[in-house]
Parts: sequence; structure tokens; C-alpha cells
Amino acid sequence: MAADTVIEVEGLRTCFGETCIHDGVNLSVRRGEVLGIVGGSGTGKSVLLREIIMLHEPTAGTIRLFGEETGDLDEAAADRLRRRMGVMFQHGALFSSLTVLENVMVPLREQLRLPPALMESVAALKIALAGLPADAGPKFPRQLSGGMLKRAAVARALALDPELLFLDEPSAGLDPVSANALDELILQLRDSLGLTVVMVTHDLDSLWRVSDRVAFLGEKKVIGLGSMETLSRSEHPLISTYFQGPRGRAAKEHAWAGR
Amino acid sequence: MNSALPPPGDIESGPDAGTFRLTGAWTTAHLERLRLRLERSPWPAAGAVRLQAGALEALDTGGAWLLQGLLGELRGRGLQPRLDGLRGEFTALLELVRERLGESVPAAPPPREGTLAWLGREAWRRAEEGLALLAFFGETVVALGRNLLHPGRIRRHALLESLQSAGVNALPILALLSFLIGVVIAYQGGVQLKTYGANIFIVELVTITMLRELAPLMAAIIVAGRTGSAFTAQIGTMQVTEEIDALRTIGIAPMDLLVLPKLFGLVLALPLLTVFADAFGVLGGMTMATLMLDVSFGDFLDRVPQAVSATSFLIGVGKAPVFAAIIALVGCYQGFRVSGGADSVGRQTTKSVVQSIFLVIIADAVFSILYSWLGI
Repeated sequence: MAADTVIEVEGLRTCFGETCIHDGVNLSVRRGEVLGIVGGSGTGKSVLLREIIMLHEPTAGTIRLFGEETGDLDEAAADRLRRRMGVMFQHGALFSSLTVLENVMVPLREQLRLPPALMESVAALKIALAGLPADAGPKFPRQLSGGMLKRAAVARALALDPELLFLDEPSAGLDPVSANALDELILQLRDSLGLTVVMVTHDLDSLWRVSDRVAFLGEKKVIGLGSMETLSRSEHPLISTYFQGPRGRAAKEHAWAGR
Repeated sequence: MNSALPPPGDIESGPDAGTFRLTGAWTTAHLERLRLRLERSPWPAAGAVRLQAGALEALDTGGAWLLQGLLGELRGRGLQPRLDGLRGEFTALLELVRERLGESVPAAPPPREGTLAWLGREAWRRAEEGLALLAFFGETVVALGRNLLHPGRIRRHALLESLQSAGVNALPILALLSFLIGVVIAYQGGVQLKTYGANIFIVELVTITMLRELAPLMAAIIVAGRTGSAFTAQIGTMQVTEEIDALRTIGIAPMDLLVLPKLFGLVLALPLLTVFADAFGVLGGMTMATLMLDVSFGDFLDRVPQAVSATSFLIGVGKAPVFAAIIALVGCYQGFRVSGGADSVGRQTTKSVVQSIFLVIIADAVFSILYSWLGI
């Protein structure tokens, strides 16, 4: 395995009872890249993500994170791996009984030994990094708007300065301004922290802007892998209908205009 | 990536005056140590400070924040700090942190409130809660009137469902508990009666206490714990997932669909459950009477008509609809009070059970006073 491969998925198969949604998925993610996972509804994008972050066990196949096979890890080793990844869930999954600041402090408190005052400063820093105003810190998740929730979730995912960041539908439900700001944030973090980012998204604009490579899921496997330009020229019927629709073309023109 | 971790971050002074070397990993895990090292560093009183960052091995956002803070503080003391040899990506990180922190002003911690303010706010909250419960009661009565005028609007399916879940499904647990309560009363009372040779009076003891007081109360408490809490959790969760709002937009009044069937269901079910609890409580007492006091089932049953009047039975059963209304109303009301997320559902559910049992016992006391006035 190449030294700069962070995630390696091999021969992955996922079945729920009789129906299989993955059969022979192969994918590798390089260090420092932003990889988008796309595909129609029900092609198992989120399930793939959940399998990589060790929330769901695949039916067959192997997943290697930082060179370690996740299938046969003991709890301690799995925890060590988890410390190196941050996950932003689709609906934020912020703990509703805690304020935003406390939410960000949860991973810090669990994993590091720091005095409370310092921990608060670090959490406040992450909140600022995620682009939230400082007065969002003492608020509860229910008092935040959708866009702010996503940012707070990013702040929590970034709490431990992970090497690997997973984003499930980061821009879904965001206004264009917030979505752009989030894209910008992802790029900045990638450049300055050397983050590897894996994101599941339907947002074509954001794919054009931030992703280095895109994996297209369909027919139970990865049927296309490459930059957006390569994929958008693909002849495969599933991929071309996905990217050649009016939205796809608009996003592409938008992306070219922005260069 | 199996290379050895870089050593914890450090700062060393020298070799020249006013020169410092930053080494190791400036990461969040080592922040506290780094902060102390920075405090103890021999910073010059004036002039230029050169920070050589060439040997810095790792920097994360926490470390960058500390470094940024250090530069700011040194400048604040009138020194001229200069950062040399920082790697390109670290410079970008430092820049990112500076930019983001610059945008945000640290929030002032919310002021702590005094005891008086707390007392006032709690009192207000409680008064407001009482008023809201009253308002909810009023709303329910209005909806009830509307439904009684147009019986076609009553949701029959929801009504049957709540009869099933609140009534039929509660039978086994209620039977067991009532039986045990009957056993306990007969046992405790029997020990006393036996010393006076008044064994047969066990019939009065068991039937009057069960029929008049304990059976309705037991049934109400079990239903409050089982069904009242379920009402709150169901309506509360629907509130969180905006299902209630969805109902409103479709043109279904949540009152009609969610509250009234529950209220009707419980008002019908609880009196029946009470009769059921009566039977099992008396059976428990009878069992104990046979085993301990040599009062056979036959003797026991023969004496029941003399021991207890039909009024006692009706009084017990008559309380049940009132208890049922209290439980259903409080359960639904607390469900609608849910706001926010999962923790709120839990909190309101607890409140619902505590409040409904509390109100049921208060109502029971009121009934006792009422009956003694009326002399029955």
C-alpha cells in the first residue's frame, strides 16, 4: 500500500437481508485530497461512509484506515483511529442538552487532559474556525439556524484536529452564501492543516469547487473515479445523466466562470 | 503513517539574547505544558524578540492559537516579535487562525443570576405553567364540544387503538399488582384481627379498602406510569420532528387526532381497569384469609354483601374517569410543551408522570372530603 493512501476499501459488499447495495466497491483515498462521493439516491453513499467510520460492519470486504484493517481491531486500537478522524453528520447530531461550546468540548474532555479554562479557549477557537460568531458558543443547538448548526457540527468534528474529516451532505439545506463559506472553509482547512476530506454530497457547485477527485457510486460499485472534469465527460449513461442535466451544466459553467 | 510521534512542543532561549527556538509538536495535547513554558521564558524587557520556528515539527490549530496569542502579548508589552523559518503550511495555518479569531470578539460569559432573580423566575415559570395547563384544559373542552356536536369527527381508529394500549395491554400488570396489594392488606390486618379473634372482619378490611380507595388509585398510578408517559413521549417526539406542524398544515387539528381519542380511551378504560383491580385485590385478600385466618372462600364471599355496600363500589369506580381525565390531559399537555430535542422529551415525560400522579392523589383527597361532607 502506498504511504500516502489514507483509506483503502477493497471488495466491499453490503447487504441488508436479501438486497445488496454494494458488491465489489473499491476505493482509495490519498492523503491531503478532497474526495467527493456522489451517486443517485439509494446507492449507499451514506452507508459507505458509515462503514468507513466504523459505525456499520460490511457484509464482506476490507477497509483499511491509515493502513490498519478496521475489521479486526480491538476497542483500544479503534479508539486510537477514531481520535484521528472527525465526522460531521447530515443533521449535525449535536447533543441537544449541551451548548455549542460544550458540544465542542466533549471530544476534548474525553481525549485530552487540559485545564477547563484552556479547554474553553480551544473550543472557542474551533467555533471561530468554523466561522461561527463567538456569541453562538453559549447557545443551545435548538436556538441555531440550519446553517449555524452545520458550522457547529464542523467545529465539533474539528475539535481534536483530525487528519481525516468526513462530511455527510455538508451543504444540504444551506443558503448559497453559507454553502460557499463552508466550501471555502473546507479548502482552507485542507491547505493549512493538511486535512484529508471525504464528503458525501449532491451539491454539484461544491463538487466543482472543492473536490480533487470524485467517486461515483452506481450499479453497486464505484463506476467512475476522477476529477470532476473527467467524470463530467464520462460516457457511462448513469454518470452522464447525473452530470449532464441542466443543473450539472449550470454548475460546470459556474465553475468555469469562476476561474 | 507509523513514524514516531514528534516530541512535545518546547521553547528554548538562546543562543543570542532575545532569541528563542520553538521545537517539537505545538499541538492541542501539549497546550498546558507549552503555556507554562511560555510564562516562564525569560522574555527581554524591551527590543526585538526573534522566534526561530525552523525546528517546529507539528502545529495544529490549538498550537497556532497559542503562538498567535504569544505574538499578540509580546507586542502588547512593547516588544517587537519576529517569527522566522516557519514552514509554509504552518504560516497558512497561523494566518487562518488570526483571520478567524480577528472576526470574532470573545463572548462575555452570561451573567450569573442572584438567588432573588432565580426565585422570581421559578415562581413565574410555575405560575405560567399552571396557566398554560388551564388554557390547555379549556382548549380540550372546546374541542370536546365540537366533537360531541359532530360525532362523525371522532377518530374511531385512534380511539380503539388507545383503548387497546391503555386498557387491554395493562391488564396483566394490573392484575398482579392488585393481587399483591390485596395479599399485603390481608396479611397486615389479619395479624391484628387474629389477636382479637375477629378473623371474619378481614372481609370488611379488604373489600372496603380495595373497592373504595386502593383499586382506583392503583389503576390510576399504573396507567399514569404506563400510558401517561407514553402520551407525552409520543406527542413530544412528534413535536420535535415537526409532525404536529405537518398535521396542522394538512388541516387536521392535533387536538382531534392526538388528544381527544386518548382522553376518551382513558376515560372509558380506567373505570373498567378499576373493576378489574377490585376483583384481583379481593382475590388476593381472600387467598390470604384462607391461608392465614381460616376464612374459606365461601365464608368470605357470603359476607361481602353485608360488609360492603354498592355505594362503596360505585364511589371507587366513579373516581376513575376523573383520574383518567387528569392523566390524559397532563400527558398530552406535557407532550405539547416539548421544545427542542431529545432531552426535552425526557424532561417533559418525567414531569408528566410526576404531575399526573400528584394531581391524582390531590383529586383523591378532594373526593374524600367531598364524600364525608355528603355523608356517604
